Amino acid sequence: MDRNHLLRQVAYMKNSLFDQGYLDREQFTQLEELQDDANPNFVEEIVTLYYNDSARLIQNMEQTLVNRPIDFVRLEEILHQFKGSSSSIGAKKVNDACTQLKEYCSAENTEGCSRTLQLVKQEHAVLRTRLETYFQMVREAG
Amino acid sequence: MGLKMLQHHVQNHSLVQNHSVALRVNDQTGTKKGMDAENKVRRKDVLISMCDQRARMLQDQFSVSVNHVHALAILVSTFHYIKNPSAIDQETFAEYTARTAFERPLMSGVAYAQRVLDSEREKFERENGWTIKTMSTEPSPVRDEYAPVIFSQETVSYIGSLDMMSGEEDRENILRARATGKAVLTRPFRLLGSHHLGVVLTIPVYKSKLPPKPTVAERIEATGGYLGGAFDVESLVENLLGQLAGNQAILVNVYDITNSSEPLIMYGHQNQEGDVSLVHESKLDFGDPFRKHEMKCRYLQKAPISWTALTTAFLFFVIGLLVGYILYGAAIHIVKVEDDFHEMQELKVRAEAADVAKSQFLATVSHEIRTPMNGILGMLALLLSTELSSTQRDYAQTAQACGKALITLINEVLDRAKVEARKLELEAVPFHVRSILDEVLSLFSEKSRKKGIELAVFVSDKVPEFVIGDPGRFRQIITNLVGNSVKFTERGHIFVKVHLAGQSNGNTNVKDETFLNGGSEEGGKSGKDQYRTLSGFQAADERNCWDTFRHLAAVEDLQSNASVIDMMAANDASEDVTLMVCVEDTGIGIPFSAQDRVFMPFMQADSSTSRHYGGTGIGLSISKCLVELMHGQINFVSRPKIGSTFSFTAVFGRYKKKACLDRSKSKSEELPLAFGGLKAVVVDEKPVRAAVTRYHLKRLGIVSEVATSINSVAGMSGKNGSTISGNNIQPDMILVEKDYWISGEDGSAKGQFLDLRQNGHVLKLPRLILLATNMSDDEFDKAKAAGFSDTVIMKPLRASMIAACLQQVLSVGMKKQAGKDAPNEPRVPIKSLLCGKKILVVDDNMVNRRVAAGALKKFGANVECADSGGTALKLLQIPHSFDACFMDIQMPEMDGFEATRRIRKMESQVNEQQMVNGGSTIDGTAKKSEWHMPILAMTADVIHATYEECLKCGMDGYVSKPFEEENLYQAVAKFFQSKPKSVSDS
Repeated sequence: MDRNHLLRQVAYMKNSLFDQGYLDREQFTQLEELQDDANPNFVEEIVTLYYNDSARLIQNMEQTLVNRPIDFVRLEEILHQFKGSSSSIGAKKVNDACTQLKEYCSAENTEGCSRTLQLVKQEHAVLRTRLETYFQMVREAG
Repeated sequence: MGLKMLQHHVQNHSLVQNHSVALRVNDQTGTKKGMDAENKVRRKDVLISMCDQRARMLQDQFSVSVNHVHALAILVSTFHYIKNPSAIDQETFAEYTARTAFERPLMSGVAYAQRVLDSEREKFERENGWTIKTMSTEPSPVRDEYAPVIFSQETVSYIGSLDMMSGEEDRENILRARATGKAVLTRPFRLLGSHHLGVVLTIPVYKSKLPPKPTVAERIEATGGYLGGAFDVESLVENLLGQLAGNQAILVNVYDITNSSEPLIMYGHQNQEGDVSLVHESKLDFGDPFRKHEMKCRYLQKAPISWTALTTAFLFFVIGLLVGYILYGAAIHIVKVEDDFHEMQELKVRAEAADVAKSQFLATVSHEIRTPMNGILGMLALLLSTELSSTQRDYAQTAQACGKALITLINEVLDRAKVEARKLELEAVPFHVRSILDEVLSLFSEKSRKKGIELAVFVSDKVPEFVIGDPGRFRQIITNLVGNSVKFTERGHIFVKVHLAGQSNGNTNVKDETFLNGGSEEGGKSGKDQYRTLSGFQAADERNCWDTFRHLAAVEDLQSNASVIDMMAANDASEDVTLMVCVEDTGIGIPFSAQDRVFMPFMQADSSTSRHYGGTGIGLSISKCLVELMHGQINFVSRPKIGSTFSFTAVFGRYKKKACLDRSKSKSEELPLAFGGLKAVVVDEKPVRAAVTRYHLKRLGIVSEVATSINSVAGMSGKNGSTISGNNIQPDMILVEKDYWISGEDGSAKGQFLDLRQNGHVLKLPRLILLATNMSDDEFDKAKAAGFSDTVIMKPLRASMIAACLQQVLSVGMKKQAGKDAPNEPRVPIKSLLCGKKILVVDDNMVNRRVAAGALKKFGANVECADSGGTALKLLQIPHSFDACFMDIQMPEMDGFEATRRIRKMESQVNEQQMVNGGSTIDGTAKKSEWHMPILAMTADVIHATYEECLKCGMDGYVSKPFEEENLYQAVAKFFQSKPKSVSDS
């Protein structure tokens, strides 16, 4: 009964993540489908990987924006990587913010870049908290 | 221009004024010329007569005066010298001359001067009591002789006692006069006293009578004095002429022309104005043979301008003015028109610019609307997936439907705007014509089935499998046309026919016949159906009728029997394939009044149409644009209440299979070939429909026969039944049209079918298949009862659908027959494809790499990872054990393209080496050991250009990220499916 409740809560939570646009339903579901007995924590593993990797990338991007003159080419390279990872786990909002950042980057708009990078960071952080809670709950539901 | 004319005119005018010149210049009419010449002659005559008159009078008066002076001279001679003592003194002389002055009208006065020799001077001076003076009233110096004036007329009394010989002219005159004994004249000079221009007449007076023929010396000796008279020409001639008529009009000059080279003026002003053009000279003889005189007369004023000249001039002026005005007006008008034209042109340019701007605006706006609309639709979809009350659900669904309609509309507008802004570009990729048509058909199958309309497609065999063009747009046109047809058709059929554009040309002559034959003949045949169309309903364009169609089908039969290579060769000659697509329906048709604006955007037949059927009417205009982009034409034949037939042509490139053989791209028709060689009988009394069925069967490789009734089939079958070997026509299946089955000889047909089944079971049961557009449950049950237990194929027919149905029907038998082959097995699951394969995943992004690896692992593959192109190259040093490689495209340092290029280079080097080394080995072995690892690109953007790039650098295909099973399967299948086979084969 308790486990059922937990499972329902997990499902609800996942749905709300989809519905609120944090995660791409299709992508994340696909990721989950890859998870099987041989690889039980695949999704979590990927997400952890993502956060380790992306923290570095965000830092790099911030560094690039601090340096003068700003190397927009480099920024775009890092951003591409970051965006690729984000779309892999289906981090939709982060991805959208990345798209915006990319546009500013192409326009070489320093102010816009800084602003959007903050947005990216924010979305990134929010998603992280949400996902952490989610995985916590998944583990509890066992 | 007008101004010039005016100038010209003024010139004319001035010329006319100068009469003679005007005559020369102006080409006047004969009469005018005559009048002017006459005028001139008269004028000249008048001048001559006047001049002569004056000359004569002057001469007369002159000679009168001279004569009188002569008489006076004799008087003096007689009474002063011959009579002694002298009877004349100053007083007498003055008295006498004064009283006879009228006799000398031209003379201002006369005087007598005595000849005094120097020796006599003293005596003379003493006698008279005064001294001789010179002309300048000085006492005269000593000279040889003197001629002092002793008598003088009162008018010239001032010359009394003056020595006439002191004046040069007088002296000369005196000397000449006494030598000749005649009256002599001086040249004109200023007279003493009056200072008027005049001449002096001198006549010698002899003291004694002269001997006859006296010598000069005798004359001089006899000379006693000289009588002189002054002609005051200036004033006296003036008086004389003044008395004559026409004096004001004429200018008279009198010249002394003794020295002809320099005439001396005697009377008149040399430089007085006058008509220089016409001068008359009259000779004057004043009685002095030594001196010559003449009179020149001119008109004072120039010839008066003649009335004709004036009027002509005026007329010319007026005409010139008018012409000028007309020209001016014309010029002004031209300028105005030109201005207007420029204005119009500018407006046109602006209008065009505005039009383009409008299209661009539309394109932009539509595009911008699409994005939020997608959001709305997405949200609605999400909303619908939540728990909703039925009302809420209804609302949400309505909203979603509306949104979808809006998106469709926007897409259409966007398309149209794109076409108008000339931004629409057509793709040129090979595509499969028949599958496009199948797709369109499947799109509308649901609707048509619901409406009970027969929907069918027929593609002529001559149409090549693949053509190069824009499949999306081609489909769009057909979809639009079929969509319209479906929308406006409530009964009957919609028939899409595709053939080569040239194919139907030969059949046009059949048309008339068909039209004439119409229905009556056929009505007699089939009893019920009036028209030999697909469904039996009348169609607008008779060209699609059976008679024509049969021709088409017949030709195909012939050709399919004949060598196909021939046909291919003939077709290959040209680069282009022109397809003709006809969409025929039996709908409401288009009213004649609206037919000319069918292709105009947002124009439906009438406003009620859109209320009734919906839609915006933009579709056809887009279709027209697209067709024109494909270098084709679209037109239609429509008859209200009967139906419409839209047909269009489109030019495509010919696809050369040998040139570029990549089947993955062109997405070849995926029809199972398992049915090849099967035989079928189609039972249908409508030939068009039967032909369509045959067409689909043919595509599956099924050879089919058409039977118009079940009896013939039964006969055939029965025959076969008797000849048990059954090697000729033993149908594997019989396809029966539902209409026929229902309508046909009700009971008997069904019975016959049952019979057929019972008879036929001897060897092999032919499968009975019912073809139906729509079917009620009741009918279905009946059909089952009648023996159509096998299957019912719902129309519209599609090859793939028939294939699926046949698979289902024949599967039992198939399995029995060909267990080992099992070609109908859907496909090898992906797991089995990838299981145990060693795959390299190259991606710089850790997360992506992990995901890809995870996905592949899930399908059983053995995955290894590389984080850059360089690492991948190292791992792929030959020999290696990888079966395939998945390569990310965008990577730092070395991107996927570059890495692939290097891998390919490496492979080809090794291959060459092998060829050299193992040159003696058999081809087969050499080939097998050739290195070519399948490399698949992993990319998030599935743009066409990227795909081309992939192929160019040697990749074998691509998988779009994120991995989807279907996607992955398609990409991987062709490499791994064939491999185990080839291995097992060898």
